[in-house]
Amino acid sequence: MERSLSWREFIITRLIQTSGYSAVLFVLLIFFFLLREGLPALSEVDASSLLNIRWYPIEGFFGILPLISGSLIVTLGAALIAVPFGIGTAVYISEIAPRWMREILKPLVELLGGLPSVVLGFLGILILSPFLRVFLNLPTGLTAFTGSLLLGGIAVPTVVSVAEDALDSVPRAYREGAWALGATRWQTIWRVTLPAARSGVLTAVMLGVGRAIGETMTVMMVTGNAPVLATKLGSLFSPVRTMTATIAAEMGEVANGSTHYHVLFFIGMVLFLISLAVNIVASSVVFRARKRAERILS
Amino acid sequence: MNRFLAQNRHAVQRLGFALITLMAVFTVLPIVGTVAFILVQGQPAISAEFITGFPHDGMRAGGILPAIIGTLYLTIGTAIFSVPLGIAAAIYLSEYAKDNQWTRLIRLAIINLAGIPSVVYGLFGLGLFVLFLKFGTSILAASLTLSIMTLPVIISTSEEALRAVPQAFRTVSISLGGTRWQTIRRIVLKEALPGILTGVILGLERAAGETAPILFTGAAFFLPRLPGSPFDATMALPYHLFVISTQVPEMPIQIQYGTALVLLVFVLTMNLIATFIRSRARAKRQW
Amino acid sequence: MVDKILIENLSLQYADGTESLRDVSMGIRQNSVTVLFGPAGGGKSTLLRCLNRLNDLTEVKASGGRILIDGENILDLKTDVIALRRKVGMVFARPVVLPMSVRENIIYGLELAGEKRKSKLDQAMERSLRFAAIWEEVKDRLDDPATALSGGQQQRVCLARVLALQPEIVLLDEPTSGLDPISTGKVEAALLELKKEYTIILVPHSVQQAARTADHAAFFLQGELVEYDSGKKLFTSPKQKKTEDYVMGRFG
Repeated sequence: MERSLSWREFIITRLIQTSGYSAVLFVLLIFFFLLREGLPALSEVDASSLLNIRWYPIEGFFGILPLISGSLIVTLGAALIAVPFGIGTAVYISEIAPRWMREILKPLVELLGGLPSVVLGFLGILILSPFLRVFLNLPTGLTAFTGSLLLGGIAVPTVVSVAEDALDSVPRAYREGAWALGATRWQTIWRVTLPAARSGVLTAVMLGVGRAIGETMTVMMVTGNAPVLATKLGSLFSPVRTMTATIAAEMGEVANGSTHYHVLFFIGMVLFLISLAVNIVASSVVFRARKRAERILS
Repeated sequence: MNRFLAQNRHAVQRLGFALITLMAVFTVLPIVGTVAFILVQGQPAISAEFITGFPHDGMRAGGILPAIIGTLYLTIGTAIFSVPLGIAAAIYLSEYAKDNQWTRLIRLAIINLAGIPSVVYGLFGLGLFVLFLKFGTSILAASLTLSIMTLPVIISTSEEALRAVPQAFRTVSISLGGTRWQTIRRIVLKEALPGILTGVILGLERAAGETAPILFTGAAFFLPRLPGSPFDATMALPYHLFVISTQVPEMPIQIQYGTALVLLVFVLTMNLIATFIRSRARAKRQW
Repeated sequence: MVDKILIENLSLQYADGTESLRDVSMGIRQNSVTVLFGPAGGGKSTLLRCLNRLNDLTEVKASGGRILIDGENILDLKTDVIALRRKVGMVFARPVVLPMSVRENIIYGLELAGEKRKSKLDQAMERSLRFAAIWEEVKDRLDDPATALSGGQQQRVCLARVLALQPEIVLLDEPTSGLDPISTGKVEAALLELKKEYTIILVPHSVQQAARTADHAAFFLQGELVEYDSGKKLFTSPKQKKTEDYVMGRFG
């Protein structure tokens, strides 16, 4: 019986080890397939024309710059909303709210994180967009700004949960030390607790931004889908097209293996590389910050 | 300026707290507002026929049963692939993995998987499952795609739940002659189960509400019958809502809100179940 | 009188190279209470954890020497570690009851070994609870969660848990450090009974406890075995000055 026990244990252990490495396998698989279908775009379309400012596939214009600028402008707007509101709410939940309030708010914020993006896009079309059109006196309510507002709302729960966790893990001793020195709770938050949670809060922001860049349905429904290069600040209030919306909107109508098909995969690859870069930067920032913290604390 | 702020510390604090509280309110209010609004607007559309009937007249009338069933199938399909794999990977990271380069690589991969845009998953699913493996636009392809997308969530929350179990339990079990797997199965996994379950449900909840990954891998707008095999395409609530709100002319607003409400209820129910499991486990915990 | 355990020139190192134990040699007699005592950092707990190979889980490695139990070197790579741990049981400093009922705690080790017969399990449970001098207190609460018991009771349940496997050697690492004097007394009384059947090795939490319980005592200071003798001799007329200083409380 001892023998059979160890046989079973051996198989189970091997299965578990393999599962552990599965994540790496999948990342490589995704990268490989994006490459497989996306690289041909570079040979079929002149690399320089990819950097064109016209995206008009029907006539063979595959300039992806307007798409990149669309994604950028919407994400920037979303970040400008999500970062202050997200960190502010996290500070409220972690440092200011009474315990009973915290028990209500945390699940509520988590709920927001679970709302399907298509539902938010739906409400965006029906409510937010007409409202903004009237309120801001715009020709159309389907703009980058509308997208930013909704994306900000989508990114906020991510920022709040990660930042709140980071603030919560700051040892109580830090706060008590500040109070003992006569600091008000407000001063303690800004001068002690928040800086101590710096790496976690930064991670929260990066994750939130990552979420915003990657959003598809909401932006597809409310940003107007006009692939126009954003040239001035006012572009925030005109329609744009993000990279994600482009893929989602046009993939259904391309022929397999056509140039358009390859270019869409190429855009997908660009998105993959952007999120890869953001993650690598985020984890190295966190890693270095943690090393610094360990040195200081030891 | 600093001196001014310092001398009026308490006033500054009151102002600051008010500002932060306002921010929190403005963050939370839209959530409550959204849910309440859809509830109110969508409720008139809900009827037995809506939930159990098939659509007629180009989706403009009738029910949305195939979309509901479709989302159910996709959620179950996602669970089948992502849950065992995700929990196993979490067990590896929590109980077996040493702190070295390889483990860091795995963690980086997980963070990356979590950050990939949902539409890129759709592309990947199209490339691998629909075309290369020739599964076609099917529940199978869509479920596999959703599973890989859900994997990082399940792995992270499960690992956290496993790590929360006190190390002392493992030491005691080993000192009584237990093997590593016996220790995991009898104690660690058992105690971490509620936390793992919560994470799984939250992950599946997200998968149920996603549209982009299923756009080119399994979703169809109009199917005359319910799907009969995993190789069939299916209707699904999020995709259905997307199409009827953007691409069908003269779509009764009632049906749109009704569909949104059903999707919301589906997702919120899962959320509530997860929260319930978590708070009950916290109360019953013996450590 | 036979040496149940023979430690020959044992040296232990941490992963970063610092020494934990240096060249320790001693023989541990069967059916007696051997006490390993000394100030913190002396290597006593580390030595204890070698005896049931629990150090395999940590970063401590043996850099030299052997440990013979019944004549076999347990540091050998081919040793059946699972069987060893059933033979050499351990009670820890903090009472760590598993998150289950009292009954399930006690029979846990037997279930790990594959024992399924309810009669055997119940027999073993009652026997070991009696040996740990706690049967009367918990016999009506066997299905209650073990965490409902007091600290002293929990620790005796941990002792019973070990005894259920019918080991030959019982290691105790500061078992009464968190307990009140009455519970401590009960544990010490149990040990004096148990030594008739088992070989007991105890790391006490005070010199007084060492003096109360030891048949044989070993004084460890910074990884070295300074003196090893019968309990009576060591605590009344120690040979080494360092031992005398520590026993008299001049440092520690």
